[in-house]
Amino acid sequence: MLSVSGLSKTFPSVRALDGVEFTARAGEVHALVGENGAGKSTLIKLLTGVHRPDPGGTLTYDGREVSFATPLDAQQAGISTIYQEVNLVPLMSVARNLFLGREPRGRLGLIDFRRMHREAERALAELGVRVDVRRPLRELGVGAQQMVALARAVAVDARVVLMDEPTSSLEPREVATLFGVIRMLRERGIAVIYVSHRMDELYAICDTVTVLRDGKVVHTGPLAGLDRLRLVSLMLGRDMDTVQDEGLTKFTGEHDAGREPVLRAEELTARHRLSEVSLDIRPGEVLGLGGLLGSGRSETAKALAGALPVDSGRVTVAGTRVRGGSTPAAIRAGISLLPEDRKAEGIVPGLSVRENIALAALPGLSRFGLVDEARIDRIVDTFVKRLRIKASSAHQKVGELSGGNQQKVLLARWLAMNPKVLLLDEPTRGIDVGAKAEVQKLIDELAADGLGVLLISSDMEELIEGSDRVVVLKDGAVVEELTGDQVTEDRLMRAIAAPAGESRD
Amino acid sequence: MTELTLGRVSADRARLLRLLQEYGVYLGVLVLLLVNIAFTPHFLSGENFRTQAVQVAPVLVVALGMALAIGTEGVDLSVGSVMALSTSLISLYLGYGVWIALLAALLGGIVVGLANGSLVAFVGVQPIVATLALMVAGRGLALVMLPQLKQVNDPDMAALGSGDLLGVPYLVLIAAGLALLVAFVVRRTTFGRQLLAIGDSRPAAQLAGLPVRRVLILVYVLCGALAAFAGVLATARLTASDPTSLGTLMELSAITAVVVGGTPLSGGRVRIGGTVAGAVLIQLLTATLIKHDLPPSWTQIAQAVVIVLAVYAARERGKR
Ligand SMILES: Nc1ncnc2c1ncn2[C@@H]1O[C@H](COP(=O)(O)OP(=O)(O)OP(=O)(O)O)[C@@H](O)[C@H]1O
Ligand SMILES: [Mg+2]
Repeated sequence: MLSVSGLSKTFPSVRALDGVEFTARAGEVHALVGENGAGKSTLIKLLTGVHRPDPGGTLTYDGREVSFATPLDAQQAGISTIYQEVNLVPLMSVARNLFLGREPRGRLGLIDFRRMHREAERALAELGVRVDVRRPLRELGVGAQQMVALARAVAVDARVVLMDEPTSSLEPREVATLFGVIRMLRERGIAVIYVSHRMDELYAICDTVTVLRDGKVVHTGPLAGLDRLRLVSLMLGRDMDTVQDEGLTKFTGEHDAGREPVLRAEELTARHRLSEVSLDIRPGEVLGLGGLLGSGRSETAKALAGALPVDSGRVTVAGTRVRGGSTPAAIRAGISLLPEDRKAEGIVPGLSVRENIALAALPGLSRFGLVDEARIDRIVDTFVKRLRIKASSAHQKVGELSGGNQQKVLLARWLAMNPKVLLLDEPTRGIDVGAKAEVQKLIDELAADGLGVLLISSDMEELIEGSDRVVVLKDGAVVEELTGDQVTEDRLMRAIAAPAGESRD
Repeated sequence: MTELTLGRVSADRARLLRLLQEYGVYLGVLVLLLVNIAFTPHFLSGENFRTQAVQVAPVLVVALGMALAIGTEGVDLSVGSVMALSTSLISLYLGYGVWIALLAALLGGIVVGLANGSLVAFVGVQPIVATLALMVAGRGLALVMLPQLKQVNDPDMAALGSGDLLGVPYLVLIAAGLALLVAFVVRRTTFGRQLLAIGDSRPAAQLAGLPVRRVLILVYVLCGALAAFAGVLATARLTASDPTSLGTLMELSAITAVVVGGTPLSGGRVRIGGTVAGAVLIQLLTATLIKHDLPPSWTQIAQAVVIVLAVYAARERGKR
């Protein structure tokens, strides 16, 4: 259906793809895997006309040699895409986003809003998403936005559907819906290309796999029969012996938590979002936050970090009250937040890796308002090595990095602050298996060093193995707290599913 | 669907475009200089160079502040009115001594900047709207204070306007010094870094705990103060205060200089060297057309062409 040969892409600073051969067949789900920065997203963007390939390669679609000048060309030819970073128009309504570029028209060529809203509601309901399609898209969480992107991708008459890490912000329930959609696409004889770092998903849904490493294809073939360990070692380019089973998380488990909480939140209330959320984080412990999308996990983290104004309630760090609604105040008190939406709220795309890492710590790295370049260099150097950030140099723009590496840069920004409490909202989203283990190890180490950590993760396994305690939220309120032996997948699922208020003791 | 026809041409073209974005202004200045040397009589005289440089000085000083505002993804339309306000204040306070007058003028600019900055940072008004309000109010105020043209007969002001040091006019020295200072602030200070981060992604800057409001206010205060100072320089050069016409359309010249100099309107980047070259480019363009007896309307058309070219080059940035 869609195949490329001898495809290369050179960016000014780096050769992202090098002589790639790749074929996606009709009715086949083709996994595309590799480390952060291996070139997966770049390949997708070449297939859809976002980037132009270097001269010399060929792209064959439906038996003919083609070249797409713009994403629109590719879309009209029947290739639809869900990009890694949600790529919709935040201020437009959900319905308009769904139908962008192919709005139903009435007489006079005007947009038929009523029909558009009706059809949008139906398309989303099929995916189990119930939202007011007239509201602007940005009011939805990242996960729901991703479902809108999915609805958009399958609504058009596509023959090839490309998905770049579609599940990274989805709930288990939504992942199941997504898989249902993928199976339906496969039955319809559509070629699906699927990028993900989650091994379980690959084995659950994909037929074929192509492994990219440093821009080259190192393996391609059927997935069934390919051992997990072997797949990981192909991705990382290391021996099987040295690769432990990366499917397991790298958490060591229990920590020695201090007695006195380093952070205490009392009855945080924000209208429509949070109601009387109270929690403690002790130094040296990892507190997990469980709950569904929209249960108020990210909002809680933001409220703690002063990024969401609260109507009432208080936050204290080490006994001192933190002024609410002020990020600088929270940061001064030692609270750092790694936000969920890294594209909009995290990275500063036009600035370099170096400036991004130093951004929050800047006042501390300056004397009399003048920046101390040498100290910044030292800190940046340390973190680039420690987190294995892959960039052509510290002066590369962060916007040019692969998704996983952007996440690492953000993590470095907050670690450079030496915080007392670290709030991590989906810290391993989009990070490859190797780096994921590394980040998890890091979280462990940080807790061992006496940091209080709040962990939000849609990855159940990560949440359970990483946390010493889990507070479960629902509709913006705490419904249950699991400690010690209670922290199991089973208990967590039940707490999440229970109707609000019932399981509270 | 088109055939795959990608030659070396497109890669080379992309590289050329990038070079043009980076160094196009300097090239433009060079070309204009050469053209003038070849075709304009008496162009190569020291006297002519002095005139050009002295004329460009106030524009450049305003453009420096404008570059900061644009770097935060904002703009300041009130700069021309601030110049008018500044010249009125000078005339009013010159009786108390030249330093007092200077201080009054700068304070005027700072107050306008504070108003602009507060509207932008606290009230959340779009910069273009906030500064438009101050643009109208500022000139009105200037005219209330000084309804018509007034001669400035002060020896110190006259010296500032026409004196020189080793043949280099004071005005030029001051403008150059300010350009270096602003470049230093942008590059080496915490404030400069924070300004760029805010311009690139305000939500991210906010979540990173940057003092977004303080930085924005300071940017507009600096912009106002620089515009006021430009008003002082212009008054000194003209030895007259004319709040009706001083600084009219100055906001457009300043924005042009900044944009032509390669600072993107989308913020996150400030090029001071480019801004200087941009101001010089426009000055040379105007001078060339005037010297060759073309009507002033031609100058405006030529400016428009330069702006379109600059914006076109910037548009290609980051694509592909
Ligand atoms: N616009 C760009 N300019 C310069 N370099 C780029 C650009 N886009 C990507 N790169 C580089 O190309 C390489 C491959 O990036 P790509 O985004 O394809 O990785 P990826 O496999 O999708 O990684 P991830 O799993 O982290 O999403 C990286 O080294 C990245 O820095
Ligand atoms: Mg990617």
